[in-house]
Amino acid sequence: MKVTKRTFDAVIVGAGGAGLRAALQLAESGLKTAVITKVFPTRSHTVAAQGGVAASLGNSEEDHWHWHMYDTVKGSDWLGDQDSIEFMCRKANEVVIELEHYGMPFDRTDAGKIYQRPFGGHMSNFGEKPVRRSCAAADRTGHAMLHALYQRNVRANTQFFVEWMALDLIRDAEGEVLGVTALEMETGEIVAFQSKATIFATGGAGRIYYSSTNAFINTGDGLGMAARAGIPLEDMEFWQFHPTGVAGAGVLITEGVRGEGGILRNSAGERFMERYAPNAKDLASRDVVSRAMTTEINEGRGCGPHKDFVLLDITHLDPKVIMQRLPGIREISIQFAGADPIKEPIPVVPTAHYQMGGIPTNYHGQVVAPRGNSMSVAVPGFYAAGECACASVHGANRLGTNSLLDLLVFGKSAGETAVEDVKKSTKAHKALPQEAIDRTLARLARLDTQKDGADAHQTRLTLQRTMQNHCGVFRFADKLKEGVTKILEVQQDVQRVAIKDKSKVFNTARIEAIELENLIEVAVSTMISAEARKESRGAHVRDDAPDTAEHPNGRDDDNWLKHSLWFKEGNRLDYKSVKLTPLTVDTIELKKRAY
Amino acid sequence: MTTRTMQFKIYRYDPDRDDKPYMQDISVEVDATDRKLLDAMVKLKAKDDTLSFRRSCREGVCGSDALNINGRNGLACLTDLRDLTGTVVLRPLPGLPVIRDLIVDMTQFFKQYHSIKPYLINNDPPPETERLQTPEERDELNGVYECILCACCSTSCPSFWWNPDKFVGPAGLLQAYRFIADTRDQATSERLDNLEDPYRLFRCHTIMNCVDVCPKGLNPTRAIGKIKDMMVRRVI
Repeated sequence: MKVTKRTFDAVIVGAGGAGLRAALQLAESGLKTAVITKVFPTRSHTVAAQGGVAASLGNSEEDHWHWHMYDTVKGSDWLGDQDSIEFMCRKANEVVIELEHYGMPFDRTDAGKIYQRPFGGHMSNFGEKPVRRSCAAADRTGHAMLHALYQRNVRANTQFFVEWMALDLIRDAEGEVLGVTALEMETGEIVAFQSKATIFATGGAGRIYYSSTNAFINTGDGLGMAARAGIPLEDMEFWQFHPTGVAGAGVLITEGVRGEGGILRNSAGERFMERYAPNAKDLASRDVVSRAMTTEINEGRGCGPHKDFVLLDITHLDPKVIMQRLPGIREISIQFAGADPIKEPIPVVPTAHYQMGGIPTNYHGQVVAPRGNSMSVAVPGFYAAGECACASVHGANRLGTNSLLDLLVFGKSAGETAVEDVKKSTKAHKALPQEAIDRTLARLARLDTQKDGADAHQTRLTLQRTMQNHCGVFRFADKLKEGVTKILEVQQDVQRVAIKDKSKVFNTARIEAIELENLIEVAVSTMISAEARKESRGAHVRDDAPDTAEHPNGRDDDNWLKHSLWFKEGNRLDYKSVKLTPLTVDTIELKKRAY
Repeated sequence: MTTRTMQFKIYRYDPDRDDKPYMQDISVEVDATDRKLLDAMVKLKAKDDTLSFRRSCREGVCGSDALNINGRNGLACLTDLRDLTGTVVLRPLPGLPVIRDLIVDMTQFFKQYHSIKPYLINNDPPPETERLQTPEERDELNGVYECILCACCSTSCPSFWWNPDKFVGPAGLLQAYRFIADTRDQATSERLDNLEDPYRLFRCHTIMNCVDVCPKGLNPTRAIGKIKDMMVRRVI
């Protein structure tokens, strides 16, 4: 198979929020840049974000980035790196205001400023009471943001390669990243994109679970490519289950519903969150609310004929508020739950939503990996931002609205760092190692020639059900152990998946098979990292690490206050320390997490 | 669990394999957990992996899975299976070149979208804080900014079918109005100049197919009417 080479200063893979924000930095720099994306940019999954983006603007009441930082560290159950968290919270106002200047249609206060609503885990004065920190465009913040960022890129003349599927990272023997290979879907042509800087903004992999709020395209392509190129994946055991996915459909209902006054009720009509989080109640952190809901359901207080969901009630809100602030939610509820929330509550269940872990980076957006005696050395030429990256600002549990903030702040910093590095470098492009390209071609050739292999659709379903049953909201030591064996069996099947479609033109069966090869890396890394972490922390809660006096909430800081690093080769695990020292302020000291 | 068999007639064309397009007869079992047309299509693809279509968010916000369903444009993920009886006929969006099966080439559609300069133009130095806008001024953007660029509207518009290269089409014009209506934008006059032409705006004959099919319930015809009013007023 012929491979054409194209040469750029920088290549960005992915055109969601993080990729588009990075692309703006590149566009201003004058560097020759390509943005490769498997879907048209406004189809990226950022479009589905609803509730808002966090920034301590203080437009409606007093707020401070330091309070936001405290909440984020606490939300992360102290697994987040405090230097990255300080960086993100301090930069929040700047990146949100920039977005407003780009044309983002934020809702407004009476004073004409950006409208802000309360959100789970965001409090004033170091955890005292909920604060209005989420900057929102109704309940369509992600859509408004993604379109504003795309529009700004149209203005900047960014060069997009739309409906191109990135296949593999090109990395040479010295470990330097030299670009990516990609497939043009319309023609089947393979191109090697040679570049001095490669930025991954490929999003998450929520499709490892059977029941997920995520789009079909969220298959962890960046993580798969990184893992195959020898880059470790960090903290993959930490997956966020969003409390409010529509029961049966999985579609997201924003936490902004509770920010506007929505209440969760069990079959007795009880506001059960009062028992689990007396202070923050329905606005406690997502992991806390998801576990409370699951406990209610497990103890027989679920609703419906099978007692398998709880209710999200906004019938007490003024219909005008619902129409003004939550119009998209009303549409979704009518469409996917058959319930008009003005008149009846919405049936909801905790649903897989967000990957806290990912490709390890520092707050400059550089990908870091162990080398020599250090656990975090920048990989030359490689950057990552957004959900695919782990900076790590979310640690063991992400706060709502911090993901849109993450992709703005780190999309921008990854872009800035890449520009600086490319401009500093005086070297010409290095030659592309043929072996790296041959490995990709071999994978494609295998797909084209495989006969009597495993069925792609069935294999994907088995993968998703295995993750759902063995690595969910609550985790059990024996289920995890069994899960490791099962997911490694699924991996064998993935390696022999066969497709019937051999066409060169827009072969979506081929794309889905390639996506499955990425999905399995994420699933395996998740299961193995989860099985190994013998404590409860944030979203990772195990039956054999219960709440005790010695280990409040089951958290074991003496042994487990550290990041997991999973390497594809040999499924090896390693660990690195959490950065507890922020950039300018004092460390936020460890304590028991309660809301 | 109750299941039922659904019959489909689907437009198929793979230029790598087929001399010409044909309609494929295919059926699939759906059960109570399958609520939307897209659920059935995913099952169809599991049966025949050569069936090609775009999809992503499956909740009506990414705009990927627009197609022609029983003669009417819509999103597969928002089309309720209970509303589909008898044989369901699926075709690609009309008026655009077909790449393969239900996948159309949207180049012309996006070209028209890009032609209206779909970005905020404000040449004042950016202030330290946000540019202010009253809630009432912001309300002007409601019913306009929510467009998902699915192309259901433009590809149901006869004027766009005849002149896709010259008529901006309802989707692009809706976005033109989105920026005209934004109090932060300073380029209204330039935007009106850009549309002052026998085709770009004035090929809209208020047939209103766009309003009829918009899966987000938006009203491009009203936005086009407002732009036409502004054109007239500025002549006077």
